[in-house]
Amino acid sequence: MTQTAEAAEAEAAEPEQPPVDERVKERSKFHQALIRPELGGIAGTILVFFFFFLTARDSGMFSPSGVLNWSIVSAQFIIIAVGACLLMIAGEFDLSVGSMIGFAGMSIALLSVSLGWPVWLAIIVTFILCMGVGALNGWLVIKTGLPSFIVTLAFLFILRGLTIFAAITTTNKTIVGGIRDVAEGDWLAPIFGGKIFTGFFQWMGDAGWIETFERGTRKGQPVVEGIPMLIVWALVLVIFGHWLLTKTKFGNWIFASGGDARSADYVGVPVNRVKILMFMFTAFCACVFATAQVMEFGSAGADRGLLKEFEAIISVVIGGALLTGGYGSVIGAALGAIIFGVVQQGLFFAGVESSLFRVFLGVILLLAVILNTYIRRMITGEK
Amino acid sequence: MKKIKLLAAAALSVAIAVPLAMMSTSAVAAGERYILVSHAPDSDSWWNTIKNGITLAGKQMGVKVEYRNPPTGDLADMARIIEQATASRPNGIITTLADFDVLSGPIRNAVDQGINVIIMNSGTPEQTRKVGALMFVGQPEYDAGYAAGLRAKGDGIKSFVCVNHVISNAVVAERCRGFADGLGIKLGNSMLDSGQDPSEIKNRVLAYLSANPKTDAILTLGPTSADPTLLALKENGLAGDIYFGTFDLGDNIVKGIKSGIIQWGIDQQPFLQAYLPVVVLTNYDRYGVLPGNNINSGPGFVTKDGLTLVEKYAGEYR
Repeated sequence: MTQTAEAAEAEAAEPEQPPVDERVKERSKFHQALIRPELGGIAGTILVFFFFFLTARDSGMFSPSGVLNWSIVSAQFIIIAVGACLLMIAGEFDLSVGSMIGFAGMSIALLSVSLGWPVWLAIIVTFILCMGVGALNGWLVIKTGLPSFIVTLAFLFILRGLTIFAAITTTNKTIVGGIRDVAEGDWLAPIFGGKIFTGFFQWMGDAGWIETFERGTRKGQPVVEGIPMLIVWALVLVIFGHWLLTKTKFGNWIFASGGDARSADYVGVPVNRVKILMFMFTAFCACVFATAQVMEFGSAGADRGLLKEFEAIISVVIGGALLTGGYGSVIGAALGAIIFGVVQQGLFFAGVESSLFRVFLGVILLLAVILNTYIRRMITGEK
Repeated sequence: MKKIKLLAAAALSVAIAVPLAMMSTSAVAAGERYILVSHAPDSDSWWNTIKNGITLAGKQMGVKVEYRNPPTGDLADMARIIEQATASRPNGIITTLADFDVLSGPIRNAVDQGINVIIMNSGTPEQTRKVGALMFVGQPEYDAGYAAGLRAKGDGIKSFVCVNHVISNAVVAERCRGFADGLGIKLGNSMLDSGQDPSEIKNRVLAYLSANPKTDAILTLGPTSADPTLLALKENGLAGDIYFGTFDLGDNIVKGIKSGIIQWGIDQQPFLQAYLPVVVLTNYDRYGVLPGNNINSGPGFVTKDGLTLVEKYAGEYR
């Protein structure tokens, strides 16, 4: 009796095995689900939030206005990081992003305020200008064969200089204001500088769930009026970038162009077109950043966007992309941007001594990248 | 192995978190908490006096004062810092108003949430009223430049170059405009965008002076531009020959005044701009008393006479 049972068990334990290819390594479903470039970003994000929850919980960092504060900063990083990420995966850099932000903002301000153009026209012309400069960047990189590092470094200076020159010669000032007045009633401006769900936030304010102003002309209105379009743009760009990269043929071309441009060329990938388009997309993202900033603050300054190119690149690298190209993820870059934004604003909330601010920023960012790299290696098994 | 690495990462983050947590808890221990937000990049040494001023005031009044600034001097980032400061609910905020368009919104938000605000250093009394701040503590820049221009005109000056290291700060540029108006000449191309880097400033001044040899006078807008300009003048031999005036004081400027290279320095007394707002805010919070007007911290001309006390505290409290 027991013997037959044992025999049956033994039989059940040896079902018909499918032929196993010894070249294919077995990986569990769980393991497979983990192998994604953004995993390090996810871990880093959790760690950063955990960290600030411990150190800055009572500082207002997690009140509605506090959340909005670091969300906006993160969204700004996301907008430029998405462009930088796709370009970096395609194997190139753009160091002119920061100067492009100053240039685009000043262009909108000068066209609309000084020349009196309608704001929507100024915005559209500025987008065309910026993407033209992006295309020129890409074209120069392709034609000369120089590293994009050098070509875009040149444009970092050229654009910044042109911005200051244009502002000084036309208005005698480096900050051009008055955009809020001319943008009044414009149809395109609210798409960059407006806020959505304002009714919902007013309702929450009336119900006493969120803080309202205590005094002044806006007494009773909620402190957080709505979700700024900046955050909407960030989400839209992340979704678009992720879709483009992972769900389309063009996305494969981006990976191929950055992984090995020559092989990609041999198999018929239009490498040059892909790279130039990615330069234009990066310029587009910088222009979105600039337009949203100009519409929110109502003025453009010649020094806006200083060092933003590095902040974009840092976000992308924290998010798990390789500096050499061919590997990375838009979601990862977005998480990297969130880590950067939360750390930067969180340090203020934690009340870090201002002279030590950069030290902490540097150390935490370094930790994020190291952690990210370790996790990636642990999971992918690369050495 | 994997676990060890993860543990190491966790231990590292705790190693960072603990001192940070301790720093932030000690921050809460004191009485009232105020935040000073400046527009200056990290590289601007002039703001050290401000930091010393708030430290001293904080100690004397028994309050906690934090100093914050946008690391690159980007005013859009400064707006975010003011919003952040507001969200952390301090008793009061002391801030500059370097660009009304960018900063008026965030400052107004702070005021309307019941946080007292004092504008210091940059801004005008009108703008201060518009954003709903309690008062303005600073030096009216155009007037200070105008006074300096009149003085230079009396000394026979007909042309000048203004070395501007903060071209983005429209308020500071007013000093150059005031100086030109005081001299009775047009500003034209006499404003030099020097950047923040000392060797760049020095070389640009050298280049300008060799391209425009008829320049009578140099006006610098702070130690950041004055110190390299001093070096430039020593290098091209114009030191003591060319008329040299500067805004603000610092170690080298005081030495320059003493040795006769610099004719005068205009002290806007940043110490008062930092110290007084803390004192005013604390007394307002504790006893409800408030001075009835804006406070002019400058201008005061510092010349070769009466330099001893200035010299002793230059760069620290002056």
